[in-house]
Amino acid sequence: MAEYQNIFTQVQVQGTPEWGLETENSGRERIGKPGFSTLIGWMGNAQLGPVWLGWTGMVSLATGILALNIIGFNMLAQVGWSIPEFIRQLFWLALEPPSPEYGLSIPPLQDGGWYIIASFFLLVSVMSWWARTYILAMEHKMGKHVFWAFGSAIWLFLVLGLFRPILMGSWSEAVPYGIFPHLDWTTAFSIRYGNLYYNPFHALSIVFLYGSVLLFAMHGATILAVTRYGGDRELEQIVDRGTATERAALFWRWTMGFNATMEGIHRWAWWFAVLTPITGGIGILLTGTVVDNWFIWAQEHHFAPMYDGSYGYEAYGTTYQEFIGQESN
Amino acid sequence: MLPKWFNTWNRDNPTNIYGPAILVGAAGLAVTVAAFVVVVGQPYATDSLQTGPRGTGMSVPEFESDLSEADPTIAGYLTRAQISDDAIASISDEALQNLPPGLGDISDEQYAELVVAMRAWTGIPDLMEDPDNYQTQIAYTMVGMTQSVNENWIGHVQSNAEVGVTCYTCHRGQPVPSEIWFRLGPVNEAAEGWAAVQNRVTTQSQYTSLPSDALEEYLLNYGQIGVHDLESHVAEYPSEGIQTWQDAERTYSLMNYVSNSLGVNCVFCHNSRAFYDPAQVTPQWATEMLGISMVQEINNDWLVPLEGLYPPERLGPVFADAPKAACKTCHKGYQQPLQGLNVIGEWPELALVESD
Repeated sequence: MAEYQNIFTQVQVQGTPEWGLETENSGRERIGKPGFSTLIGWMGNAQLGPVWLGWTGMVSLATGILALNIIGFNMLAQVGWSIPEFIRQLFWLALEPPSPEYGLSIPPLQDGGWYIIASFFLLVSVMSWWARTYILAMEHKMGKHVFWAFGSAIWLFLVLGLFRPILMGSWSEAVPYGIFPHLDWTTAFSIRYGNLYYNPFHALSIVFLYGSVLLFAMHGATILAVTRYGGDRELEQIVDRGTATERAALFWRWTMGFNATMEGIHRWAWWFAVLTPITGGIGILLTGTVVDNWFIWAQEHHFAPMYDGSYGYEAYGTTYQEFIGQESN
Repeated sequence: MLPKWFNTWNRDNPTNIYGPAILVGAAGLAVTVAAFVVVVGQPYATDSLQTGPRGTGMSVPEFESDLSEADPTIAGYLTRAQISDDAIASISDEALQNLPPGLGDISDEQYAELVVAMRAWTGIPDLMEDPDNYQTQIAYTMVGMTQSVNENWIGHVQSNAEVGVTCYTCHRGQPVPSEIWFRLGPVNEAAEGWAAVQNRVTTQSQYTSLPSDALEEYLLNYGQIGVHDLESHVAEYPSEGIQTWQDAERTYSLMNYVSNSLGVNCVFCHNSRAFYDPAQVTPQWATEMLGISMVQEINNDWLVPLEGLYPPERLGPVFADAPKAACKTCHKGYQQPLQGLNVIGEWPELALVESD
């Protein structure tokens, strides 16, 4: 009889809450009474809390909530404080950066001033959350891998909202805070600078993004597949290789001639993930500062081939009348 | 009913038949559907118009069911041949006296035919009857505009074949043509600059969050549409006169409006890998460039000056400005208005300015 074992976690632990390590500050900084949720347990650990708040958490939450509220209330003001309109147009609304004429000066509140204020609070929020990943890793005497990985995302965030606008000499270059509007920015940014797909760093970023997805799928699948041999005890298998690792390695070596190791696969995954925003950020930083038209740049570097063939449907033996089925005209 | 040995064997060999049954059933259904699609053809068949070299993805795809449906307003078009003697006789002498300027030497009968047609095309039953009526006064200008479009913009309105325009091209039997537009100004409260003119659902933004002032900026104010630098490195900073990503958004808004107006996509005119490059555009791009200039002239030279003639309910909701035209006012979602129906062939009176 087949056994259900696809999406949800098969093993849940519920019982006396686990409080974690007792460290010097843990008693003071940990808040919240731990509880259990079977629903949450299907996807991860069934235990919720406690949370280590700390000063970084306090600052991050406070400034993050401030930034979010500034954005939200600006949107609400734009629709004349009408809640139904706010809900109806929520995906269309945005807090836009200043108009270009203000450069790097402080603009009026209603033309980007609120945007600058919200951005400042968002910056403080993100940076204190970044500090949090360092401090909590320190507290657990862990490596700082998460800190540096988050740092790579912050690099892209800072390029978009801080470094590139400063290099361009205008806060107007920053990305709007809005669902559709930030997508509009992305498209307009690509089109304005002659097609971002010809930006090699954009290409690298896509490689690492899709590569991350592929590696994650391969790794997740491999480990699930050898769990029955103890393959889920990955850290143990790094130093004490068992049949799970042997089988997983052999599977990939027979499949494609090469295999990562139980340790190496995590380095692959970390670097692919981290390089996605690093290369992406480099690509954005170069756009409009160093290169103003990526397609022409690509032509100059001989990787924008010209296609054989004509433009226009007339060249392909069709007419509009034929297309709509009215050949006799 | 079943033989005893079979029942015994069944009892001794309990088997789950439901799992395999579901599997076989699902696989069987999939095979049946696949065979159906292969044999009968897929129910939502598409056709596509190739507009550029292979490998560029340049094509305009359409559902065949949409293509086979003709523009429903074509049937409502009154041709010259359809005008009866009775209809001509019904035109009063007063109406015949109201000869719009620019029609030149035109016989009473020819003019009566034109009046019959204009009344049908615009859905205004007493058009040209009373010279003081605002609709009649506007019609004077509109006859001139139609002639001007047909003669001076022949490169646009006859770019493929003899097609031209008449009143019906915009009006389609309605006194007020559909798809006209007015100036909107800021669409957001509590915002200034770029933040004020975008991110709202409006017909002019075509329900996107792109700027809502694209038609005004480009088709009324002659704003610069192109946003690209034509060298890979240019020393410039965002400031007055430099095209920024915000300008690119407004251009995108206009382009999106144009493609919706014509029922086409970007690659009908452009190779989307280099939108700006005149070496990688289709002939339709040039037709469109002419069309943009034509609309600018229609709005500034013909429609805006009529502002004083309209009653208040015909003026814009924000600025009380005159109604204006753009691509969709004529095209109504089709590549060619009325799907390329030749409307000017039998109306030489409207084909040339000062026709004789």
